[in-house]
Amino acid sequence: MVIFLQNLVNALQWGSFYALIALGYSMVYSILMLFNFAHGDIFMVGSYIGFGVSMGLIALASSGLVAMPNWLILVLTILFSMFLTSFVGMIVERVGYRPLRDAPRASAAITGLMIGIILETGNLALLGARRVSFPSLIETTTYDVSGVFVTNKKIMIVVVSLLLAFALHQFVRRTRWGMAMRAMAFDFAVVPLMGVPVNTMAALTFAIGSALAAAAGILFGVAYPVLDPYMGILFGWKAFVAAILGGRGSVMGATLAGFLLGFTEIFVAMIFPSTLRDLIAYSIILLILTVRPHGFFGEPYSARLRL
Amino acid sequence: MRTRSLVGVFVLAGFLAFVPSGWVQAQTIKIGINAPLTGDIPKVGEGTKFAAQMWLEDVKAAGGLTVGGKKVPVELVIEDNESKAESAVKAATKMITEDEVLVMVGPQASKQAIPAGGIANNYKTPMVTPWSTNPDATKDRPYVFRACFLDPFQGPVLANFITEQFKFAKAAVLYDVASDYPKGLAEFFKMAWERLHGPGSVVAYESFTTKDTDFSSQLTKIKNSGAQVLFTPQYYNEVALIVQQAHQLGWKNPIVGSDSWGSAETVSLCGKDCYGLFFSTHYAAAGATGATKEFIIRYQRKHGYVPDDVAALTWDAMGLVQKAIQDTGGLTGDLKKDRDNVRSALSQIKNFKGITGDMTFSGGGDPSKCAVIVQISDKGEFEFYKSACP
Repeated sequence: MVIFLQNLVNALQWGSFYALIALGYSMVYSILMLFNFAHGDIFMVGSYIGFGVSMGLIALASSGLVAMPNWLILVLTILFSMFLTSFVGMIVERVGYRPLRDAPRASAAITGLMIGIILETGNLALLGARRVSFPSLIETTTYDVSGVFVTNKKIMIVVVSLLLAFALHQFVRRTRWGMAMRAMAFDFAVVPLMGVPVNTMAALTFAIGSALAAAAGILFGVAYPVLDPYMGILFGWKAFVAAILGGRGSVMGATLAGFLLGFTEIFVAMIFPSTLRDLIAYSIILLILTVRPHGFFGEPYSARLRL
Repeated sequence: MRTRSLVGVFVLAGFLAFVPSGWVQAQTIKIGINAPLTGDIPKVGEGTKFAAQMWLEDVKAAGGLTVGGKKVPVELVIEDNESKAESAVKAATKMITEDEVLVMVGPQASKQAIPAGGIANNYKTPMVTPWSTNPDATKDRPYVFRACFLDPFQGPVLANFITEQFKFAKAAVLYDVASDYPKGLAEFFKMAWERLHGPGSVVAYESFTTKDTDFSSQLTKIKNSGAQVLFTPQYYNEVALIVQQAHQLGWKNPIVGSDSWGSAETVSLCGKDCYGLFFSTHYAAAGATGATKEFIIRYQRKHGYVPDDVAALTWDAMGLVQKAIQDTGGLTGDLKKDRDNVRSALSQIKNFKGITGDMTFSGGGDPSKCAVIVQISDKGEFEFYKSACP
């Protein structure tokens, strides 16, 4: 039982990253019908931006000009980095996708792959291949709850992820911008005729997705403080699986599927030899997808979408 | 018209490629350096490059390498293998067939050294890997040598050390199943441990794949298996994550590692979590004497940090190559013959005084030498703890 609960905690943390990254994928895919394969690398860029911002803030705090406790540095790092990374997302959209909006879908898909490679190798050229150690902003405190070990970082990661997912859900449901997004997902051709600025909305979609990826990147740095330029690739693929599994146009679906992915990986490794983890985990996911080809909350294209 | 000019270009290119190679190699000795300058373990590549360049400086200062009474200039051909097996093979093929190197030094990690060793052996070019401890790198390959001890040796050394030091009987292993070095060493450790403590005494034998960052599920299993010690023969980037996550899951027992921990990056990534831990390696910088100390001071003055074992072993590998070339008694100018001569000279080196210990080759590619057990001090330095000889 202790082992089960411990792995539940482990899975919640691991799933949080998949969920946050999957949300960005899902947004872009639902609204623009676009596979943004560069998204995993935007997660990486967000993590590095977070590294830069936090180092800057630490230097500022230690210089004595502004007194800042570490938790404030972390909060500011997350906010600043989300803000800065959203511009990276908008630039990617403007440079990589907008010119290709009417091009065949395959062209747009490989654009994402190319932008991903550019971001990875650009980072490599800029900072070199050396691993970066993400600063430990908050002291790790470990709580022993009758044999189940939980750290303050784990709690923070899960809470922040759920809050962000909930905020996005509310944004899409309750605001005029959200309504415009849902309309675009419903029918991309008619929406401009209603006076919705499609280009602005596309940029906004990318900005939100990238900001979430940045949040995931910083939380990742807090939990696994070793960053490298290629860390986003595998993460991107797996989060993409979660986005599709969640169903097109469903914020809730992407979040749930992200957590499901985390749970599957952790619990497969608990039951089976860990060597077979991804083999078994992704066979299970494949099986789920064959039973529900439109994902958990997705519906066939003709039906109403519920972003 | 167009085709004709194109043919002309090819003919010209052919001339440029073939004609000079005949006399260039007669004048200079080319030594290939196959190193992971980018990719997973760039720090290893950096140490390789710096040590090789320091060796070259010495040779240049002496006016070249004295072979058979003549001073011959030396040139290094440094290629990046991106820490990938396929790139290491590509780099090896390029330096052997195009650059026509006499000897290749590297690759370092077994993951690249094993496939690249196959290439070197097929082309009958001597190769010295400074750091690869997996037996397969040199096995049945007369042209492949190493400057370090072997995994099968490190396995029992560590199993004995843990048994003597802590009096433990139950061990757990966590390793990367997709990488030759950790996989090999995990198996040898398990074999040695079970020989000491009986079958089933390795109570958890868990794995992951390269690029994984979350080990919580495996570590939860290990923690609940009743293991008293965790052995993880991983590279520095994973060591940091494994050790930190283990502590966050409430693991309080020792974690022991192998020579792959011996990078300058281990402590900077891992921090306080790694203090007090033990690993086996090729040399310890703290407490070094003689030529070893000289090398450390010189390297530190030039590059600003204490050289890790890769740099020290690369230095020794270059020394072995130098000795072998000099032992041939002179170059014939025929690359094929010279490569054969260097190979047989390498296999007969006796009592070579390296900075990582004395080495003796007895016909094969593996030297006999000792290992060192190192403890990471409370200041994050690698401190000599004890020596372990075969």
